Amino acid sequence: MTTLQLKNIVKRYKTNTVLDNLSLDVADGETLVLFGPSGAGKTVLLRLVAGVIDPDEGQILIGGEDVLDIDAEHRGIGMAFQNFALFPHMSAFDNIASPLTATNATKEAISAGVHKVAKLLKIDHVLSHHPKALSNGQKQRTALARALAGSPPLLLLDDPLRNVDAKLRFEMRLELPRLLAAQGATVVYVTQDYKEAMALGDRIAVMSQGRIRQIGTPQDIYNEPADIEIARLFGDPTINLLDVTPKSGPEGVYVELSNVKVALPGMPAGVAGQTCVIGLRPEAIAFTNAGAPGAIPVKVEAETPLNEKTVTLVLTARGREILVSRPAGTPGPLSGPAHIAVNGQAAFLFDKESGGLIRSAATPMTRNGEAA
Amino acid sequence: METTSTLEKTLRLIALTLVVVFFMFPIFWIFLMSFQTNETILAIPPSVIFTPTLSNYAALITGKLTTAAGTLDIAFMRNLMNSIFLSVTSVAIALVLGVPAAYAFARHKFKGSEDIAFTLLSFRFAPPLLVLLPLTQYFQWLGLSDTYFGLIWVYQLICLPLILWIVRGYFEDISADVEYAYRIAGHSWFATFRKIALPLAGPGIAAAGLLAFIFAWNNFVFALVLASADKQPVTVGALAFVTSSGIQYGQIASAIVLSVTPTLALALYAQRYLVEGLSLGAVKG
Repeated sequence: MTTLQLKNIVKRYKTNTVLDNLSLDVADGETLVLFGPSGAGKTVLLRLVAGVIDPDEGQILIGGEDVLDIDAEHRGIGMAFQNFALFPHMSAFDNIASPLTATNATKEAISAGVHKVAKLLKIDHVLSHHPKALSNGQKQRTALARALAGSPPLLLLDDPLRNVDAKLRFEMRLELPRLLAAQGATVVYVTQDYKEAMALGDRIAVMSQGRIRQIGTPQDIYNEPADIEIARLFGDPTINLLDVTPKSGPEGVYVELSNVKVALPGMPAGVAGQTCVIGLRPEAIAFTNAGAPGAIPVKVEAETPLNEKTVTLVLTARGREILVSRPAGTPGPLSGPAHIAVNGQAAFLFDKESGGLIRSAATPMTRNGEAA
Repeated sequence: METTSTLEKTLRLIALTLVVVFFMFPIFWIFLMSFQTNETILAIPPSVIFTPTLSNYAALITGKLTTAAGTLDIAFMRNLMNSIFLSVTSVAIALVLGVPAAYAFARHKFKGSEDIAFTLLSFRFAPPLLVLLPLTQYFQWLGLSDTYFGLIWVYQLICLPLILWIVRGYFEDISADVEYAYRIAGHSWFATFRKIALPLAGPGIAAAGLLAFIFAWNNFVFALVLASADKQPVTVGALAFVTSSGIQYGQIASAIVLSVTPTLALALYAQRYLVEGLSLGAVKG
């Protein structure tokens, strides 16, 4: 257990700034997920912390101690790599044992340590195999076991589930939180999969272009995305984004979708006339009857059942595509003309130019409640 | 692809046989010649049926060459020993110096690293004759001419760039993450070099060593100019068979057979190392 602090980290490769004045605090025992598209600088960040590359500027503190002058082998870190990075000429046992052989542990202690962590990860039956003879899932577990074997106070996991198949990823997503909790370590977990980020993170730091765009609990980020990009990245199916120009009336701010007024309660009156993008999560839209208040006429294009929900693609009169989601098994139109109603309370409004969220007076909790 | 017709198989077999015969025939013919006297070799038409003789080998091993003009002393066995000593020592030194250097060039981009690496490679661009004249003068000033030390030093011009550039490629092919993983696990950079980089680049180091050995072994011109008779390798020693009473084809052939044997044996021995491990691709599924 330890803390990790990054202070004003800058890392450049030639003229390309990969990390741009980045600061981050990870609390003792916390699992922080670094989430972002590839090229955001997540992996570079992990490597800086691990000590295999050095930052151009800034400070890295582990447990309050500046570690920049400490070599990688003395930082007491466990790390799992996206491509596993197993030692191909060593058996799974020797791979997992590598953090232990670096210490003065006895043979018995090493063996006991390896078997313990191998059992935890259910790979004790393949310990004699070389990586070549392991399945992808076993490789991934071996890599994870190696990272855990030395019981490091700080664990860096670089998208460890990236190269395993969907079924395994799902299993590991369920298994990992328990595993990490049992370790008690402080964890920095890198992923590009928003579901993984939501499932594993105590907090999520959304990165892009070398900066942290937003940091908060998974709920914070889902319910109050700081900008359009984050709103787009979190959520499946993707959020609907439509260009709108809000207007102000006696009942407050509203937008017009296909000439139907949708009230946006709590929005500041100042946004009227500003070019904006409205973000509507598919679950904030529902089918309704033709005569109902706020009903917007649409045409049903296609329908996709996604296990627990059904997603329908509809076209508005102006030809804009909108995704509507509803719980599976509830009735809905299959094709032809239909009507939708928008829950204005669950809508996000972003400034078109900056992409930033325009904060509403409505609390995230009420939005969430209304949206569900 | 799976169904190859008999005709295709036959054609392929014929083509392969032609290639093998084309490349192997000179070696086969040399092998036969080494068991013949000059008379049978020069007989017209040539014949593969002859009474084999070991006289050529005997002459080489005893160092006494009997020709029509009298008995000549030849130092072939000494030349062979020189070749072995020079090549083995040169390659060993080149490996000791070149492998760590290759690792440094592969893993650490320092200021001017590319320039230094390229300069080392450029030693192989210049024809040896170009550097020989100044080299001879320097060696005389330094007292290095006609010493094993001097020869081995010059042989580094052949071996070092070769080893450096081949091994560097192998080191670069090892995923840096694999080495990072070992360091993060708590091992020093030197332990990482020894336990991870060296074993993984092993086949490449073997291949480079073998190639360097062959180049060193086949070198002619450096040894011809920079060394006197008692330090010359077989390549130069073979000149002794051009005698006043004619060219001793039989002895030349047996000398070739003897001098090819060590490299051939080494190549066959190293072959399994070259193949083994090259497929150690466990990084990606």
